[in-house]
Formats: sequence, structure tokens, C-alpha cells
Amino acid sequence: MVRQRLLGAAALTIALATGAVAEDKVVNVYNWSDYIDESVLQEFTKETGIKVVYDVFDNQDIVETKMLAGGSGYDVVVITGPFLARQIAAGVYQPLDKSKLPNLSNMWPEVMSRVAQYDPGNQYGIDYMWGTTGIGYNVDKIKAIMPDAPVNSWDMVFKPEIISKFKDCGVQFLDASEELIPAALKYLGKNPDSKDPADMEAAGKLLASVKPYVQKFHSSEYINALANGDICVAVGYSGDILQARNRAKDAKNGVTINYVIPKEGANMWFDIMAIPKDAPNPDAAHAFMNFMMKPEIIAKSTNYVAYANGNLASQKFVDPAILADTSIYPNKDTLANLFSTTPYDAKAQRVLTRVWTSVKTGM
Amino acid sequence: MAERGTQGMRPFVAKWALVAVPYLWSLMFFLAPFLIILKISLSQTAIAMPPYTPVINTLGEFWSKLTDFSLDNYMFLGEDPLYYSAYLSSLRIALISTVLLLIVGYPIAYGMARAPKSVRNALVMAVILPFWTSFLIRVYAWIGILKPEGLITIALQGLGILGPGEQIHIYNTETAVFIGIVYSYLPFMVLPLYAALEKLDATLLEAAADLGCPPMKSFWVITFPLSLPGVIAGCFLCFIPIVGEFVIPDLLGGSGTLMIGKTLWAEFFNNRDWPVSSAVAVVLLIILVVPIVIFQNQQKKA
Repeated sequence: MVRQRLLGAAALTIALATGAVAEDKVVNVYNWSDYIDESVLQEFTKETGIKVVYDVFDNQDIVETKMLAGGSGYDVVVITGPFLARQIAAGVYQPLDKSKLPNLSNMWPEVMSRVAQYDPGNQYGIDYMWGTTGIGYNVDKIKAIMPDAPVNSWDMVFKPEIISKFKDCGVQFLDASEELIPAALKYLGKNPDSKDPADMEAAGKLLASVKPYVQKFHSSEYINALANGDICVAVGYSGDILQARNRAKDAKNGVTINYVIPKEGANMWFDIMAIPKDAPNPDAAHAFMNFMMKPEIIAKSTNYVAYANGNLASQKFVDPAILADTSIYPNKDTLANLFSTTPYDAKAQRVLTRVWTSVKTGM
Repeated sequence: MAERGTQGMRPFVAKWALVAVPYLWSLMFFLAPFLIILKISLSQTAIAMPPYTPVINTLGEFWSKLTDFSLDNYMFLGEDPLYYSAYLSSLRIALISTVLLLIVGYPIAYGMARAPKSVRNALVMAVILPFWTSFLIRVYAWIGILKPEGLITIALQGLGILGPGEQIHIYNTETAVFIGIVYSYLPFMVLPLYAALEKLDATLLEAAADLGCPPMKSFWVITFPLSLPGVIAGCFLCFIPIVGEFVIPDLLGGSGTLMIGKTLWAEFFNNRDWPVSSAVAVVLLIILVVPIVIFQNQQKKA
């Protein structure tokens, strides 16, 4: 009797639980921090009745570890090209059901084809935003310290005699080996996508020579630090630095921030939306991705975060000032100078991390 | 006779059941996870979910596949000076922190134990109080205090000790790590010390004073030796977790602060090398088991 009653109770609980799931639909989204106009999420819920549980990260290594461990509980994950390629190989994602994504027709073929180098045939992912990794600086402070500073060149941060001048004013680098090592390789005139240990070590040597002048390696702190005028120079993601520029403008604190794509060339990266194989709500995930491909919606996010998106149809809704800004939507000449990187295999990854550790700790 | 026998059995069973609980607990939450980590440390990495190729899948395969286990991951730790430097640096930071904790914690515990009985409980509460706020938030608060434009700089500028343009540069240095560790672990040092000092028989000190022993000498001859179990308990309670500390050096330390917790993090997250990071963890455990054994022997004596 007791057992029967318990079983009955269990069945009831299960019924209640499934009932609850059917009632309020959810999509669990995992995206970079400071990377969306949150009003877009409310619009999505209004239109579809699906609640968005929005979670953020500022480090892709953590994301990859979570995905590889499985059972992350996320329905849509935004991930950068080389990481996506490796995770597809590990079997993390499910192929998209394109019949549920009619808005795919709005996408930009140029961006789609570049994304295809990570995701052949665009089977697993759709570009969310793309951007570059370059240099942000405090215009007035740099002018005061070094009027003829080579602000449009990697010399600014990779030449010890120049970067040392900005040490007291504050310099931060991204804590991302997969960004800094390729940039250093490009500066040294080598293939930025090189997986040769000797090349990576040479890049590490260059970075170690300027490390004494770097206050911190961190992947999100520099946004506020630049905006508040706490630091003068940062190597960071284009949109993050432009957000710092906008925050300073809004705060009217007299700080002017500028972003440049160094003339030697910079990394062009793509952040791609994908659906994990074990996503609890794949239908909601498709609905979310389709919604994010609506031209006026993605344009709204672009206007907010100052990153270019991969949606051609959205460009008429994008703020003309952003569309005309070549540091966001680069012109043809700059575009030719941008490079992309491919995934590191386990051996190359170990060398990369080891070089990066030795840059940061001197060990 | 038979009745007596069963009566004798009951306390016997009860006693064993009582002893079995902590053993079962250790088995489930210490030994089982440890064996999983040990298993991963003997495997190889792979691009898969999870990112390694297990050598064995079930316990039954253990003996048949014994020769397939490879110690490569452990050999690898010996090849690169990074790892032993990180272990040594962690031990050094833990040792210095523990000494600092003892210096800071002993007078606090002594003061508490000597306070009137009526306020002692309030003082113990005061020591425990910080636990009511999340550990992470308390460490973040230290960033606000220590950063160059933070509270210390503002206070010193206000007092005129620093000029308007000058700043204190503690944040992102090893000093900040020590400050953060001493602050965070202080209750773990103070409480065992207090427990030992509170039990101290005050008449011993009175007798020493009556016989002409100066207070400083009676402290070293009577109080300190009698509080030794508390000192040892406090030191190990602090030292062992500090060796593996990750959050404090990551948030307060500079990029040059080398600790094994951070190295393990890099292996696990940056390299996605679960086998090597497991090997790092196993070696760390072995390094820590030695002090635990010493600690337990001391406990038995005490």
C-alpha cells in the first residue's frame, strides 16, 4: 500500500512537472557578456511566449569545457569560429533544421562563406556578430604622453620603447592566447595562423618583452577601465572598445576612446549561434535563432553593441553612423588585411597555452 | 544466556553503524571521486565528449587492462619546470600565509578566551559573521579597497599621506594575495585556537605568577604549549586549503602569481587536457596527504 501510494505521488509529480514545462516554454541562451540589447529578448518573449533564460560568459575556454562535459542545459550557445569547429568535431552540436529557419534568406553570403571555413556547409551555426581584435586608446591621454604615437599600428603595443611610455597610464591585454599570439605573429611578418611551435614561441618572446608594461591580462575588465579613464591602451575586441567609447560619452566624464584596426592586419572573428545536441528545447532554440535573423531585431543589437552582424538585410536598419564606421564595417582595403585563424589541435593547443603561461608568469 | 547474548549484540551493531557512517561518507565523497580522477589521469586526451579516451569503462576491466594504463601524464609533469615551480610557489604562499594567520589570529583568540564569559559568545559570533556574506563577494570587496583608485588610496590621500596624483599599488600583486588569504581564512585559525585557549586552566598562570614567573615567560612556558593542539589544528585547517587556493590569487593576484590552482585551471580549461589536470590534482593530493597524516597523529596524542 505504502509503495503504491508513493508511486502514485511520483506519477503525479512527473505529470505536474511536464505540465509546467509545456505551459511556460523556455529557451536557455549562453552568450558573451555585454553582447546584446536586452530589450530584444523581451520582444522575443512577447512575440513567441517563450521565456529567455540568458546566461553570459567572458571566457570561451569555460564554455568549451562545459560543452564537452555535456548536459550544459543550454539551448543556444554563441561561440567563436575555431572553438565551434573543434566542438563540432567533438560532437557537441546538432545540425540545424533549416525548414524552421526561414529568415536564413536575410543572411550575408560573404559572411556565411567565411563562417563555412569553421562549419562546412553552414550546417551547425549561424553568424550572430563579427568583429576584429585591435587597439583601443584614450585619445587625450595618449596625445599628452606621446603626440606622435603610432596609434594605427601594432608598434603601439608590441614595441617596448613605445608601450613603456604608457605603462603608468595603464595598458591591458585580452587574456586570450588565441587572439594575442596570432596578432604578434602577424606583427612579426609570419603566418598568423601558424601552428609551428617555433613561430608561437617567437610570438611569445615578443609578448614577453612588452609584458612588464602590461598591467593586466583580462578579457572584459578593460571595457570599464577604458571608459572610466583608468587605463590608456587596451588590446581588445572591436565592439567592446566601442562600447567603452559609448559609455564614456554617456557618462560625460571627458574621456574620449578610439578603436583602430592596426595597419599590419588584425584577426577577424565570427561569433556563431549553435544548438547543443542535448539541448532541452531545440524547437525554442530554432525559434530564437530565426528571431535573431529578423533584420530589424539584429540591427537593434548591432546599434547597441557596436559590432557588425552577418545579416545583409539588416543594414538598412543599422544606424548610418555605425554602418559608415570602417572600424566596425571595414572597407574593402582593410578587409583584405584581416586574417582568420583555424582551430588548434591538442598538441598545438598545449604549446599555445604553455607559451601564453610563460608570457604571463615569466615561467 | 541467550538473552544476554542478544543484548550484548545490540550495542555492538549500533557501534559499528555509528562508525560506518563517516566511513561511508568518505567512501562516497572522497574515495570514489578520487578514483575517477585517478582513472582520468591515466587516460589520453581526445576530441570528444568528454574530452578523453578512458582506459577502462567498468571496474571489471581493471585487471585485464592494467598494462594499458600509462604514466605519461605524470612523466609530463616532471618534464616541465612550470609544474614543480607552481607546487613550490603554492607551498611557499601557503606557509607564509599560515604564519601570518597565526600571528594575527593568536592575539584575537587569546583576547576572546580572556574576555568575560558573558561576551565570549558574542565574540565568537563576530568571528563567524563574515560567513553570512558570500566568500566571492567578500574577495571582490577587497578589489574595491586595494585597487589604485580604491579606498586605501582615497583614505591616504584624505589624510595627506599621499599626494593627489599618487596611488597605492597593492592590487594585482602577491601582497594582495596574502591580504586576501589572511582575511578569508582568519576564522579557521581563530576558532580552533580559541577552543584550545578557552579550556586553559587559569589557576596555572596564577600559580606561576605567585612563584615569581614573569608574564611573558609564563606565556611561553604554560599558555603556548597548552594551546599547541589548537595551533596545529588551526595551521592545518588553513595550510591545506590555501595550497590549492584558486579564487583569491585569480582575483587579487597579478598575472605573475604562480599557484597550482591556477595551473590546474589552465590545464583543464585552456588546454582542455583532463588527463594532465587530473594528474596535477593527484600529485597535489599526495603532497597534502603527508601533512594530514601528521595532523591526525597529533590529534591522537592530544
